[in-house]
Amino acid sequence: MISEYAFLATGAGLVGLALLRLATSADLLMRVLGLNVLAVGIAMLLLVSGMGASGTDAVPQAFVLTGIVVLVGVTAVLLALAERIAEDRDE
Amino acid sequence: MSELSLLVLLPFLAATLTVAVPGRAASLGLVATAANALLVVSLCREIIARGAVEQVIGGWAAPLGITFVGDGLAAVMLAMTAIVSLAITAQAMSTPGRAGFWPLWMATLGALNGLFLSGDLFNLYVAFEILGLAAVGLTALAGTPMALRAAFDYLTAGLAGSLLILLGIALSYSVTGRVDLETVVVLTESSNGRIALALIAAGLAVKAALFPLHFWMPAAHSSAVPVASALLSALVVKGALYLALRLSIEGGAGAEFLRSALAVLGTGGMLWGAWNALRAERLKLLVAHSTVAQIGLIALAIGVAGDPLQNGLWTAAALLMLSHALAKAAMFLAVGRIAEALGHDRISGLNREELRPGAAEFAFAIAAISLVGLPPTAGFIGKWILIEGLVDEGAVHWIALLLLGTALSAAYLSRVVSRCLRGGPHVSATAQRLPWRSGDVAALGLATGALLLGLAAALPLTLLEVPFA
Repeated sequence: MISEYAFLATGAGLVGLALLRLATSADLLMRVLGLNVLAVGIAMLLLVSGMGASGTDAVPQAFVLTGIVVLVGVTAVLLALAERIAEDRDE
Repeated sequence: MSELSLLVLLPFLAATLTVAVPGRAASLGLVATAANALLVVSLCREIIARGAVEQVIGGWAAPLGITFVGDGLAAVMLAMTAIVSLAITAQAMSTPGRAGFWPLWMATLGALNGLFLSGDLFNLYVAFEILGLAAVGLTALAGTPMALRAAFDYLTAGLAGSLLILLGIALSYSVTGRVDLETVVVLTESSNGRIALALIAAGLAVKAALFPLHFWMPAAHSSAVPVASALLSALVVKGALYLALRLSIEGGAGAEFLRSALAVLGTGGMLWGAWNALRAERLKLLVAHSTVAQIGLIALAIGVAGDPLQNGLWTAAALLMLSHALAKAAMFLAVGRIAEALGHDRISGLNREELRPGAAEFAFAIAAISLVGLPPTAGFIGKWILIEGLVDEGAVHWIALLLLGTALSAAYLSRVVSRCLRGGPHVSATAQRLPWRSGDVAALGLATGALLLGLAAALPLTLLEVPFA
């Protein structure tokens, strides 16, 4: 199925780009965004793994939901930390 | 068995309560830690008497449901956590804590217990996330710009690591259609499965601060408050090492490629950590780099042990984890106390004219003996089992590397110990000894525990010999 490979390639591409950004960027906000892109790429790969000929498997979707919940929480903590660091720098 | 889920529920309940009633957080924490220790003792007794126990939560069996499995290895890890947690709680009660410490600490305990008991990969991922978030909170607790920066780097690295683990789990689900740990052996049979395992292992390497992915760790462990440093270095990194060992056990002979990687990276970590510890100028950084080296040693022990289902060499890795947890927690607590007395933690300033070495320096020295692995410590027994097995296999190069690592650890730790032992003319006749404080009890107790564990090594070994579920 062509569309499946398109999803897989996009997901893998996002993961690769995000890891590259994470490894090379020193900017805090850029790294938070990089992590979010990484998570989206992985979610995409997860969702494709649930696409079958006989219908959609709900288990990977549940994984993705859990991943989103975790990501929202961690992003909030990261942004709070980044703000504190920026405040310290300004003083 | 309801004990298994209680071990996870109780600390999380305590974490919630300590948020709700901050005034009584310390006593709530004490009650929870003590109850946790009692539950672990009763679980260990049951496992020795009747073998591994299993709990299927809500009656939903694998592959769909979540199982908790308590076998010998899990019990040893739980006992390690329980012992260190008693000392951490004692130390935290005797020092004025910061708001937020107790909920974070209780959440860390719950996540660790959940991690050691989880019987499926996805539940392990969730436990890692909770552990990571709580550990980052503990790092940031110090509030200094350095600690905040270290916490940010820690969380970024940790999240990238857990996302790699998640990707690995996704891939393994698409290969086998299940996520319980029994799928690991199936994964080793196909190339897609091995890629999945490699992704999980890469995520674990970030989380365990395994060389060369340890870049975030020395800053995080050395800038946190002493109790948090002790927790992070002694327990939190053990979560990932435990899972690496578990994958090696579940994968059996097919996981040899993982073990080879662990052995090579472990060697690198052992040497690189020791090199940096030799060059460190601050005491806390020296101890943090020593953790990099010790993690390397443990990874090396997992790596060279061979198929755990064929021989018992892997028990050496478990013993080394246990002894490192006790000794490193003692060491960080002692360093906190030394830094407090001196007002700084520069190693060159440890020779003091007006102050004689006290209980904290004594605890540091005993912990150092255990980390180097001199008899009768548990570290010695671990290295003994490992080297004995390697001698039988004729793997001389690994033995040489192990001994080199041991010599290096003796070298960097004696940088501190020798300065504390040196009496001589620079100590003035009127030098004072610091008065005893309840704050010394935890460090001393842990250090003595690490020392005596070698004599009582039969107990963890009995547990480790319980057949897997």
